[in-house]
Amino acid sequence: MSKATYIEHNGTIRTIEVDDGLSLMEAAVANMIPGIDGDCGGAAACATCHVHVAEEWMDKLPAMEALEQSMLDMAADSDHCSRLACQIKMSTKLDGIIVRTPVGQH
Amino acid sequence: MSTGTVVIVGGGQAAAQTAVSLRQEGYAGSIVLISDEAVPPYQRPPLSKAYLAGQLAPERLFLRPLAFYEQQKIELRLDRRVTRIDVINHQVELGDGECLGFDHLVLATGGRPRALVCPGAEHPRLHYLRNVKDVAAIQSRLKPGAHVALVGGGYIGLEIAAVTRKLELEVTVLEAAPSLLARVTCPQVAGFYQREHEAHGVNIRCGVMVTGIDGDETHPALLTGDHQRIEADFIVAGIGLLPNVELAMTAGIICDNGIVVDEECRTSVPRIYAVGDCTQHPNSVYQTRVRLESVPNAIEQGKTTAAAICGKSKPYRAVPWFWSDQYDIKLQTAGLNRGYDEVVIRGTPESRSFAAYYLQAGRLLAVDAINRPAEFTVAKSWIAEGLRIPAARLADESITVKNLAAAA
Ligand SMILES: Cc1cc2nc3c(=O)[nH]c(=O)nc-3n(C[C@H](O)[C@H](O)[C@H](O)COP(=O)(O)OP(=O)(O)OC[C@H]3O[C@@H](n4cnc5c(N)ncnc54)[C@H](O)[C@@H]3O)c2cc1C
Ligand code: FES
Repeated sequence: MSKATYIEHNGTIRTIEVDDGLSLMEAAVANMIPGIDGDCGGAAACATCHVHVAEEWMDKLPAMEALEQSMLDMAADSDHCSRLACQIKMSTKLDGIIVRTPVGQH
Repeated sequence: MSTGTVVIVGGGQAAAQTAVSLRQEGYAGSIVLISDEAVPPYQRPPLSKAYLAGQLAPERLFLRPLAFYEQQKIELRLDRRVTRIDVINHQVELGDGECLGFDHLVLATGGRPRALVCPGAEHPRLHYLRNVKDVAAIQSRLKPGAHVALVGGGYIGLEIAAVTRKLELEVTVLEAAPSLLARVTCPQVAGFYQREHEAHGVNIRCGVMVTGIDGDETHPALLTGDHQRIEADFIVAGIGLLPNVELAMTAGIICDNGIVVDEECRTSVPRIYAVGDCTQHPNSVYQTRVRLESVPNAIEQGKTTAAAICGKSKPYRAVPWFWSDQYDIKLQTAGLNRGYDEVVIRGTPESRSFAAYYLQAGRLLAVDAINRPAEFTVAKSWIAEGLRIPAARLADESITVKNLAAAA
C-alpha cells in the first residue's frame, strides 16, 4: 500500500491508499475521484486519465512509451508534466505521489 | 428528482456507468442493478486481448471493486434475470417470480453473439466470445500447436488470431466477404491487417462461406462453400452481435435493430431508458440513426441517462470511437465512414504507422489511426467540428499534425 494524492482543478485534495501494482487510473476510478474516467480501461487509447504529475515526482516515473507520448501530444491542457494515469503503476517508490487533474476533464 | 428507485437491467459497461453517473449527479434514491452474469460489471475489451492471453487477473477486469458498490449504495443483484417489464404498474419481474417496482427503468441488456446457422452448429467445440464464461471455455483449449479455426475476420476475430498466434497455436481465419474487416474499414487498412497477420503466420481465407461443421466430438471440421474441409481442434465464431431487445419488445417498447431511443436515451415508453449496445439512437454528427458496439458509446449513454433521470439535459452528441489492439498494432478509429467516396492515407502502411482518412464530398467523416494516437486525438475533434481539409494537404507529411490542425 502506498499513498497517492489527487488534486482537482478547484483545489479539492484527496489522498487514498493504493495497492502496489494498481495504476493511478484504477485507484482513482475505484475511489470515484472526479476528473479521471479511464474510459478505455487502461489501453492508452482515450486520454480520459490524463494527469499533471507534480514536478518533483516526474523523475521518479519510468520513461514514457512512444504511444503514451503521442497520445499526450495532442491532449487538451497537455504540458511537460503530463502523463496517462493508467500507465503509472503504483509502487513503494511512488509512495506520496501527487497528481493534478486537468480542468477540461471535469 | 432525488428519491425513488432506479432499476437497471444488465450488468455490463452501460449498466455500471449509469449507476455510477447517477451517484455523481447526486441521485439519492435507491439504485438496483440486475445482471444475469455471476460477476460484477466488467470490461469486455480485454476478453479478446490481455485477459484471453492470461495476462490480466479476473479482478482487474471489474469496472469497480465490489466494495465500491457498497459504499455508493448501489445494490447488485447478480446471477438474476429480468423476464418481464410491466409498464402499467412500473415493475419488473425476475425469473423466480419476484417483482420489483421502479420509478425509472434503464435497459442495458447489450447483445449476444450472432450464431452460425448451418448443419453441425451445435458442435461442442464451436465457441463464441462475449463473456468471461466464454473465455474460460476457450482458454481450456489454448494449447500450443492446437489448430483454431476462426470464423469471421472482424476486429474480435482478428484480436483472437493475434492472441492465439502468440500462444503458438495454428490459426486459420475464414471470412465470407472478399476481404478482412470489410464492413468497417477501407481496402488499404484491411490489406495492412491481412499482411500483418500473414507475417505472423495466420492462414487467412477470404470469400469463403462456412456451410457446415462435421467431424467427431473432439475434432470439428469446417465445411466450406468451395468444397473444402478444414480440420481444427476448436472453432471460434465472431460474426456479429444481435441486440438483446426481446424484453423491451414484449413490453411494447419500439425496437428497430435495437431499442429505439432519443438523444437522451428515452425509449418510446415514459420513464424507461435504454443504453449501450442494445440501443438504436440518433447521431447528430451524421444526422442519422445508428446502433454502435463500443465502450465509449456505452459510457456516454450511461452519463446522458443518469443526467436525464436527475432532471438535467446532457444529450448524447459525441463522435463515435473505438480501438483495437493486435500484436503491437494499436488502431484507434473515430467517426463513421459509412458513405465515404475518398480515402486519403497519411504515412505509409509499410512503416506500420499511418492514418486512413475517409472523406465524403470533401468532408471528413472518419479516421483509422494505426499507431498514431496524436493524429487520432486531433482528427476526432476535426470530425466533431465538421472540418474540411483538402486531400492533398492531409496526405502531406511535411505538414505536422499540429499545423494541419492550426491551419485547417
Ligand atoms: C471480445 C470483445 C472485445 C471488445 N473490444 C472492444 C474494444 O476494444 N473497444 C471498444 O470500444 N469496445 C469493444 N467491445 C465492445 C464493448 O465491450 C461493448 O460495446 C460494451 O461492453 C457494451 O456494453 P453494454 O453494457 O451495452 O452491453 P453488455 O456488455 O453486453 O452488457 C449487457 C449485460 O446485460 C446482461 N443482461 C442481458 N439481458 C438481461 C436480463 N434480461 N436480465 C439481466 N441481465 C441481462 C448481460 O448478461 C450482460 O451482462 C468488445 C466486445 C467484446 C465482446
Ligand atoms: S484509461 Fe484510457 S488512456 Fe488511460
